[in-house]
Amino acid sequence: MTRELFIQATYLVASVLFILGLRSLTKTDSARRGMQQAALGMVVAVVGTLLHHEIVRYEWIVAGLIIGSIIGYPLGVYVPMTAMPQRIAISHVFGALAATLVGVAEYYTLLHDGTIIEPAKMAALGFEVLFGALTVTGSFMAFGKLQEFITGRPVTYAGQNMMNLGIFAAALGCFGWLLVHPEQQAVFYVMLGLAFVFGILLVLPIGGADMPVVISLMNSYAGLASSATGFAIGNNVLIIAGALDGASGFILSIIMSKAMNRSFGNILFGAFGSAPAAGAAKTAEGLTVQPISVEDAALRLAYARLVIVVPGYGLAVAQAQHQVRELAELIEKNGGEVKYAIHPVAGRMPGHMNVLLAEANIPYDKLKDMEEINHEFQNCDVALIIGANDVVNPAARNDKSSPIYGMPIIDADKAHSVIVMKRSMNPGFAGIENELFYLPKTSLLFGDAKTSLTRLVAEVKNN
Amino acid sequence: MNVTAVIELYVFVLAGFVGFLVITRVPPLLHTPLMSATNAISAISLVGSLVAAGADRNTVSTILGFIAVTSATINAVGGFIITDRMLKMFRHDPKVTEAKK
Repeated sequence: MTRELFIQATYLVASVLFILGLRSLTKTDSARRGMQQAALGMVVAVVGTLLHHEIVRYEWIVAGLIIGSIIGYPLGVYVPMTAMPQRIAISHVFGALAATLVGVAEYYTLLHDGTIIEPAKMAALGFEVLFGALTVTGSFMAFGKLQEFITGRPVTYAGQNMMNLGIFAAALGCFGWLLVHPEQQAVFYVMLGLAFVFGILLVLPIGGADMPVVISLMNSYAGLASSATGFAIGNNVLIIAGALDGASGFILSIIMSKAMNRSFGNILFGAFGSAPAAGAAKTAEGLTVQPISVEDAALRLAYARLVIVVPGYGLAVAQAQHQVRELAELIEKNGGEVKYAIHPVAGRMPGHMNVLLAEANIPYDKLKDMEEINHEFQNCDVALIIGANDVVNPAARNDKSSPIYGMPIIDADKAHSVIVMKRSMNPGFAGIENELFYLPKTSLLFGDAKTSLTRLVAEVKNN
Repeated sequence: MNVTAVIELYVFVLAGFVGFLVITRVPPLLHTPLMSATNAISAISLVGSLVAAGADRNTVSTILGFIAVTSATINAVGGFIITDRMLKMFRHDPKVTEAKK
């Protein structure tokens, strides 16, 4: 009895430390310490669990802990910040896999021992396995798309939505059936299989630029699967941690969809960017762009008083964050000021640009959210756009036929002049022409972002 | 539906509220660390997998439990390390700090 009380006490401590850890993330200064305490909470809970009276052999536990640490350590220490979206996606796979397998093991054991499974327990197990399994394959697909061994373009075919809904309905049907007949093993494993397939098909038609929403949603599902595990095995710390995770993922998905002015349903079933609707978006015919040389761009930047950098996914692809910082330091040396305008969906996951620029040692005071900085563009001499496209497209404001109409954007077009760094004139991910590129005040600096920035740094130094 | 299940539902709903209130206050600046942090925290599913792996109930449970312990440990270890690594990078502008003084 005392042992059981002690175990429960460790779970209580862990729960409190987890909540405090997340709360510490509301302030940048306290964040690190708070998360270290949360890690301590995890250790406490694991130690408590190891004292559980049911645990009689430790060899498999020790093996799992050691192998997991050996794989987990390099995933924590060596993964570069540019690969953070993939890293998060694959960790959802592991998290959801753990929840799913615990659910399957629990179900198998109950049947094996001939225990009668109550409907409440079956409901928990069902949710756990459903959410868990679809998160495992769904996140793996997201990982594949981000790592680019699966095409980042949406994959669509006729009747896709009907088929997906059909599979999901069938899985739910199995679930309903199990609530009444929990002893029918075959139905359970069919449900598991359907959930795995559904996860793949759900993410297949979703394009790379929509990944921030998918990752957030998977975060939420992984949390709900953990919570369901807690219900299934009667463990409060699991319920709490899962609920926190679920709430976090849910809030992030809402923020992301708002930033794209699109609904969940549209992102999940809309296959955005698969084929530009004919005649909908404006075309570039008859418009010309003005290229700018590195020398001229350097001159303009060197004498600017306020430069606002607008980073996008292209910055991450080119891994040019350190060159951005070098350039910014030179401009500051010349007496100018440099700020960064971060759109909520810039990059491939929430906050992607912030960690990237922070990695390059840029102080976070200079990283400004969209609403915070948009009014400053009217005083801005040069808006430097690096690898961003849709988030600065004025069509979102004034072209009702544009697919991105209504999406909040960064007002780069209100700056005195605009320099766009671009590899080529291919339209952005959504296949939409960006009229910002054709404005008289806009100049285009063609080439790889990293090379261009390196040359800019050299030029500004010479000035 | 028994009493325990109802209490568990209470815990779930209240924890969800706490999560909602806390997380809406996390600035966009820290959204990536937030995501890796919640990931690391949800590795608490270890408490379930450890029992499955160690209770010696049957071979299936032991093997599935072992895989679950491994996956959850990957997230616990890797998740907290990478969160710490990211948070370490966020630094103040020394000029701004001085101006505030």
